[in-house]
Amino acid sequence: MTTNPASDLLVIGGGLHGCAAALFAAKAGLRVTLLEKDSVARHASGVNAGGVRRLWRDLAEVPLSERSMRMWHRISDITGEDCGFQPVPQVKVAESEADMAVLAARVARMHAAGFSHERLIDRAELRALLPAVAAHCIGALVSEDGFAQPFQTTRVFARQARAAGVRIHEGQPVRRLRHEAGLWRAETDEATWTAGRVLNCAGAWGGEIAARIGDDVPLEPVAPLMLVTQRMRPFCTAVVGTAQRPLSFKQMPNGTVVIGGGRLGRADPARNRTDINFREMTQTARTAREIFPIMAGAVIQRSWSGIEGRTPDRLPVIGRSARHDTAFHAFGFSTHGFQLGPATGALMAELIATGRMPPEIAPFTLTRFAIPDEARTQNRRVS
Amino acid sequence: MTRQDLCIVGAGPAGMAAAVAATEAGLRVTLLDEAPRPGGQIYRDVTRAPAARQTLLGPDYQAGADLARAFGASEAVHLAGATVWHIEEIEAGFALSYSHDGRSHVIEADALVVATGALERPMPLPGWTLPGVTTTGALQILMKSAGVLAEDPVLVGCGPLQLLLAAQLVAAGRPPRAIVETVPMANYARAMKHLPRALRGLGYLTKGAGLLAKLRRAGVPIYRDARDIELEGRERLEAVSFTSRGKTHRIETASAGLHHGVVPNQQVTRLMRCAHRWDGRQKAFVPVCDSYGESSVPGLYVAGDGAGIRGARSAALAGRLTGLRVAEKAGRRASPEITSLQRALARDAAVRPFLETLYAPSAQALAPSDDTTICRCEEVTAGQIRAAARANAPGPNQVKSFLRTGMGPCQGRVCGLAVTGLVAESSGRSPGDTGYFRIRPPLKPLPLSELAAFTPDDE
Ligand SMILES: Cc1cc2nc3c(=O)[nH]c(=O)nc-3n(C[C@H](O)[C@H](O)[C@H](O)COP(=O)(O)OP(=O)(O)OC[C@H]3O[C@@H](n4cnc5c(N)ncnc54)[C@H](O)[C@@H]3O)c2cc1C
Repeated sequence: MTTNPASDLLVIGGGLHGCAAALFAAKAGLRVTLLEKDSVARHASGVNAGGVRRLWRDLAEVPLSERSMRMWHRISDITGEDCGFQPVPQVKVAESEADMAVLAARVARMHAAGFSHERLIDRAELRALLPAVAAHCIGALVSEDGFAQPFQTTRVFARQARAAGVRIHEGQPVRRLRHEAGLWRAETDEATWTAGRVLNCAGAWGGEIAARIGDDVPLEPVAPLMLVTQRMRPFCTAVVGTAQRPLSFKQMPNGTVVIGGGRLGRADPARNRTDINFREMTQTARTAREIFPIMAGAVIQRSWSGIEGRTPDRLPVIGRSARHDTAFHAFGFSTHGFQLGPATGALMAELIATGRMPPEIAPFTLTRFAIPDEARTQNRRVS
Repeated sequence: MTRQDLCIVGAGPAGMAAAVAATEAGLRVTLLDEAPRPGGQIYRDVTRAPAARQTLLGPDYQAGADLARAFGASEAVHLAGATVWHIEEIEAGFALSYSHDGRSHVIEADALVVATGALERPMPLPGWTLPGVTTTGALQILMKSAGVLAEDPVLVGCGPLQLLLAAQLVAAGRPPRAIVETVPMANYARAMKHLPRALRGLGYLTKGAGLLAKLRRAGVPIYRDARDIELEGRERLEAVSFTSRGKTHRIETASAGLHHGVVPNQQVTRLMRCAHRWDGRQKAFVPVCDSYGESSVPGLYVAGDGAGIRGARSAALAGRLTGLRVAEKAGRRASPEITSLQRALARDAAVRPFLETLYAPSAQALAPSDDTTICRCEEVTAGQIRAAARANAPGPNQVKSFLRTGMGPCQGRVCGLAVTGLVAESSGRSPGDTGYFRIRPPLKPLPLSELAAFTPDDE
């Protein structure tokens, strides 16, 4: 087994979060090594729906999401490629007066908190924005957001990270991780890596890595389900959801329609596998057809899913370990972490390089899940 | 519908024989196939073809009629016109979602026999996407189901099916324009060393020799060792050009049938994540199965060409074997017939090494030039796939993410093996290590409205 020269930072996980943090840490002057058990962008970051969405986020996530949105608009300057980013509105339609009331309350709450990117529109404006929307939709909440190409984006961040000096090793699952003589030692089947600091960006496997260094986080592996149709004539230029029913709907530039939105298949992270459950998707298909009558003629081409880690409060775990000053986490993005990638990477690099906690990520430390010690052993077995 | 002991997908010789054997042994069996009538590819429409067409198609086609009759007389339920679009593993069995008359249903079974047969190996040559260019298999389907005969086609490639179709066209009084055979002369010598073993399957050889004699008598020109093949034309096919034994040829034609063998249809076994291995001689992936056809997924059996190309006679033997084995495992009496079926299968396979060596797939189509289209759905060329593979796409699934190959309506059926081959070539790894596309449901495109109306739990 070979032992590699020590680096300043070892990143575990080659998803968007690992690659972005590695890139910014290298730019901040750290020597960075990234280990990925499969290949870069193999999991959630490469297969997600590509929604770059601020709309309807938990208030705690909004400052981080705003910061990321500013980076998405400059993504070509940051990475040298456009990552397929297209600014388009994200829309949550109201199907009833009750829905409208829910959306109005949301806007009021956002304004009170000082955020102005979400805006209520009426029936006429909705119709102008989405001529194909069903007649019963009476308004919507809108935010000027967008979407991007997830696989391409994650690969671009990896390429930039390499160019900035990050050594990325694929096919290297970290089997053991421990702190010894002031250094973190990570062992894969083939080699040992050491570093002064370690960052856990292991996505759905993040709970497992955290548990290895004594941090307990309740993390559930989930598999969001996606459908894609055959090409259709262009009819929708926004990413569309509804106020009350799970749906995420968009038409891609090539005419195919990608439909997802909260329905889950089975996730089996130990075997890298997800199982598609069409029972769950029947409801999604109904919703899609009700919101866009034109979908009655759509043909489903393919389905897919990916493995993501979800926390009990649906917010990510970002920040320092509860047990080690030199260990950090950024995982458990609970099915909406793609948009947060660029800013989370930049702010994690800042935290790791300077030791100062940026306010945008402060709400997400894992101590919020503090659980009594007797429950802890139990929990570790589960993860 | 009540839970079945066995569901079979595919009504070709393997599926029909499995159904007959399993019902004889007392199992409750349902067989699903998207075609309206039993027969599969080889015996397509055998129950309906008029006597004249049967004679035309030869005695092997008639053998299918007997099997189809036995299947029709069996207790098996035949869900004709049922397209299976998803299969899930459930508690000690399988749940199949299928589409029938515009509605989707679920059927559950303890065991599953996948008898989905073979697909023609796509033959990516320059110009193969032009209108007028089709496959030999497609020409034959037209003849079997509609009695339509191709106009003067040039048959390009190699393999028994190529010769068979040519002979059938001759018999129908419409001989093909020419046969442009891609077999390198060296293959004849190489195949010779398998001849002694092949002689045990003498029937196949005499049949092959008979076909050739027929073609010669009819004066069908056969160009041997064809290379640098190009399908020329602007709007549609105008000519086939190639070199044969040092000489350049150009045959004007509006119709060409390409064929260089068939390969196992992996869609279902990949969907179910059965283990597969690369068969170096068949140059294709085959599911790993035990000597009864059971795959790495317990209870899931593969019979017929889907388990490796062996032809119709073996398919019927393997189907019967599998049907009996499923019954035995379900607690029915062990059948003494099983070992004799295994022996018969071994005998019937004797000719394979000879055929596989002689009719190895075309070298030109296995290593297509950079400007040849590989993925017809998304219009991706061999050059683009090579470039993606070099730019750090370690496997077919990354190529798919980069270039969308395999995401279109054919779901990878057409480009899959070619993408594996190109990635293997670019990375220096074997096709087996390179792997294949992950196959995701639906196996066939599914109308969204049908999914919206699907109520699997009310069945
Ligand atoms: C189908 C789907 C649709 C989605 N849609 C959207 C959307 O529209 N918008 C949005 O914002 N978000 C969306 N998401 C969520 C988003 O994809 C994720 O939140 C985000 O990609 C998480 O990135 P990550 O880097 O944390 O995880 P991942 O991309 O999963 O990366 C983690 C990596 O860590 C590696 N790893 C794990 N354990 C080890 C180990 N021991 N050693 C080495 N490496 C290891 C894994 O192999 C993996 O590559 C969606 C997710 C899915 C699955």
